[in-house]
Amino acid sequence: MKKNWPLWEVFVRSKNGLEHRHFGSLHAADEDMALENARDVYTRRNEGVSIWVVKSKHITASNPEHHGELFEPAQDKVYRHPTFYDLPDEVKHM
Amino acid sequence: MSEEQIKNLEQQFEARIARDEKIEPKDWMPEKYRKTHIRQISQHAHSEIVGMLPEGNWITRAPSLRRKVALLAKVQDEAGHGLYLYSACETLGVSRNELYEQLHTGKAKYSSIFNYPTITWADMGAIGWLVDGAAIINQVPLCSTSYGPYARAMIRVCKEESFHQRQGFEIMMKLANGTPEQKELAQDALNRWWWPSLMMLGPTDAESVHTEQSMKWKLKRKSNDDLRQQFIDQTVPQADLIGLTIPDPNLKWNEERGSYDFGEINWDEFWQVVKGHGPCNKERIDARVNAWNNGEWVRDAAVAYADKKATKKQRQAV
Ligand SMILES: [Fe+2]
Ligand SMILES: [Fe+2]
Repeated sequence: MKKNWPLWEVFVRSKNGLEHRHFGSLHAADEDMALENARDVYTRRNEGVSIWVVKSKHITASNPEHHGELFEPAQDKVYRHPTFYDLPDEVKHM
Repeated sequence: MSEEQIKNLEQQFEARIARDEKIEPKDWMPEKYRKTHIRQISQHAHSEIVGMLPEGNWITRAPSLRRKVALLAKVQDEAGHGLYLYSACETLGVSRNELYEQLHTGKAKYSSIFNYPTITWADMGAIGWLVDGAAIINQVPLCSTSYGPYARAMIRVCKEESFHQRQGFEIMMKLANGTPEQKELAQDALNRWWWPSLMMLGPTDAESVHTEQSMKWKLKRKSNDDLRQQFIDQTVPQADLIGLTIPDPNLKWNEERGSYDFGEINWDEFWQVVKGHGPCNKERIDARVNAWNNGEWVRDAAVAYADKKATKKQRQAV
């Protein structure tokens, strides 16, 4: 064989009102086939009402080795959370 | 990286797993973890794919439309299971083609139960009831295994398995309550599938290698012998219920243990089949290799068509 079918990532919306969630991946020659295969592989029991497929190579992912510089800055910003602010118990609805 | 740095990373890694953290594809992992997972997940995927063959044998001859749609749906599920697992395996940096190659050349193994023939319709009942039953017992603990993509695939698989077992048991039940000939068919299928199903849960604890490491990585959560006992204890009352006899003269309830004692398993047979000398090993691999080779022109045509469409789209955009 000259060329292998590329890898696609599959995202499924379980029902309207919910976001598309990553379900897994599959191989297909083109986007139409990727959608059809995703239907057969990931939604045989009404698991979805909408499917996105995207070629895996188009996804840019953060590197777990850079976890520190990416996510640690958020850890010490307690003032972003409501519990940081002291209010008297008498204050209602806040 | 120096040896000490690697040691350090390994310790942190083991600690993460011990804390029940999941390992995800891009995380650092010991080479042995990667290799062991590629081996186990791909073996599992191959088993799902080869497992379609014995049942596929009866789709066109199912005795009613109800049975036919159920069997067709079950076999399609097994294809799905294989695909979930292959894609989980590919996240470890091995390509789908390498995995197929390993199956086709015999380098990779698959569950040896699928090397037994399906000679009567009752075998569809016995497989669903016993083989899927044993598979469920093996798979449920894997839903909480340490490698994220594997655990997620297993959760999906387990959700789908229970219908497989139920449709099999229903077939057995109907046959067991049918004419004497039908009942005989059911008993004969149970006789042939019982022992291979027990073997499916793996060699005895005394003979099984890697168990300790696998337990640490949560690739295994209970020993083979414990899983086997669980399978026997849950299956014997089901056979009693439909009036079939488990083909083991030594099977006896042990009040003290609260479990069934059972007879000696023929491990020579097991190892013979694993080594390739089962009744259908060659037939199964030939079927896979032929499907792959005969499908090559279709796969190539699909790529050619995709390329043509893409070029056309590009030209229109200019
Ligand atoms: Fe399965
Ligand atoms: Fe199954």
